[in-house]
Amino acid sequence: MVKVELTPHLFTFFPDLKGRQLVVEAATVAQVVRGLDQLAPGIGFYICDERGSLRTHVNIFVGEDRVNDRQRLTDPVPAGSRVYIMQALSGG
Amino acid sequence: MKRSSDRILVGTRKGTFAIDRGAEHEWRPSLLGHAGVGVSFVARDPHTGTLWAALGHGHWGAKLSWSRDAGKTWQDAAQIAYPEGARYLDVPPGADPSKTKPTFKAARLQKLWSIAFGPPGRILVGTIPGGLFVSDDGGASFALNLPLWNHESRGGDLFQGDGSGITHWFGTPASESGEFAPGIHSIAVDPRSPERVLVAISTAGVLETTDGGKSWRSRNQGLVMDYLPNPNAEWGHDPHYLELCSGEPDHVWQQNHCGVFYSSDGAATWRKVSQPASGVHFGFPVAVDSEHGRTAWVVPGKSDAERTTVDGGLFVARTDDGGESWRALRKGLPQQDAYDVVYRHALDNSGDALAFGSTTGNLYVSEDRGESWHAVGHNLPPIYSVRFA
Repeated sequence: MVKVELTPHLFTFFPDLKGRQLVVEAATVAQVVRGLDQLAPGIGFYICDERGSLRTHVNIFVGEDRVNDRQRLTDPVPAGSRVYIMQALSGG
Repeated sequence: MKRSSDRILVGTRKGTFAIDRGAEHEWRPSLLGHAGVGVSFVARDPHTGTLWAALGHGHWGAKLSWSRDAGKTWQDAAQIAYPEGARYLDVPPGADPSKTKPTFKAARLQKLWSIAFGPPGRILVGTIPGGLFVSDDGGASFALNLPLWNHESRGGDLFQGDGSGITHWFGTPASESGEFAPGIHSIAVDPRSPERVLVAISTAGVLETTDGGKSWRSRNQGLVMDYLPNPNAEWGHDPHYLELCSGEPDHVWQQNHCGVFYSSDGAATWRKVSQPASGVHFGFPVAVDSEHGRTAWVVPGKSDAERTTVDGGLFVARTDDGGESWRALRKGLPQQDAYDVVYRHALDNSGDALAFGSTTGNLYVSEDRGESWHAVGHNLPPIYSVRFA
């Protein structure tokens, strides 16, 4: 069981997720994204591109650790982790 | 007076706007949706009334959005994605592809750039990096047109192998990331025969299909380039926008990086009809009269080196004789200290009306074929597209 926290920006496009506790079964970051996409079809393509790579201006943290493998999202996610999907601060 | 549509759809850097006709000469802008999101193109399907918007989310990628209630509500439509195995030859800016070892890049959607409508149920979307996506089920699903993607001018079928290793399609930095890759910005469907479609690509040129996309051929004869040693080369052209006359579809126009070009034989041959002394040469958009193929409008800019108005005065130029002569139409437009840039999709016409918008957030409408203009707004976000609904 992995708890997922989303940047509030994503609730603009997936309002049904707002206020819900998001829990998925996952052992890797890629599985977290797939699990989320089952909860909210289409959200996976917001977070990743069609090759499964994390979009340039999106960050994922497992606990406080930023994901290492942005191409395939193979980073392990220990049971009970909290995963944060954030907008990268890309300037401004 | 030919009546125009009563609504103009405007795609901007910060959302979709509607400009609705009110009292005489009064057009009222309102935010219609996608607040804060870049909208590269928005248009209405004439068969169903569905509105289609091509979004460029800064963080979340390019998305198709649709509204089936005239813009009151919007939903994500079926999304466009490059299929597994889609690759293209990556050519760095300035590189000579015949002397550069080819590198292959996995295709990822970078931008939804243009939307066109064919016969009922068919929707065509042009993208960066150079894929044409087609739906034949009213937008329920889209598929990459493979004959164009695998065209020999692009190195052949890279799904099956490494092809010729040479592409004649160069790039544009027009995607949000600025990554250099080819882009399809113009899709012109022949209303007589919707199996005939012209597409224009920055930077490659014009291609035509007459069999509904099963095969494509170049349509660049007569185009000239200022930036290659052989100005008449078959490929390498930079059309900025292409449009055909819906009533006389053999009359085709393009505003090109290297001037204004006109064809009266269905794009088989092109003729340069720029008139630099009148300021008509560089620019992005072109609009063609729906009945008279020899009549077109452009919004000239000053050279590719400056890309602003000519000497600080904003004007539209119209020809009624196939580009033999042009007339500058300035009434109602600022003639001092104006530095507006009008992008390729930001000029449109309907009946006797025209509208255009600039990256400075100015939007102007004419109801007399460009003879006079009035401002609809001066403080809109940077404008990417203007289309009568």
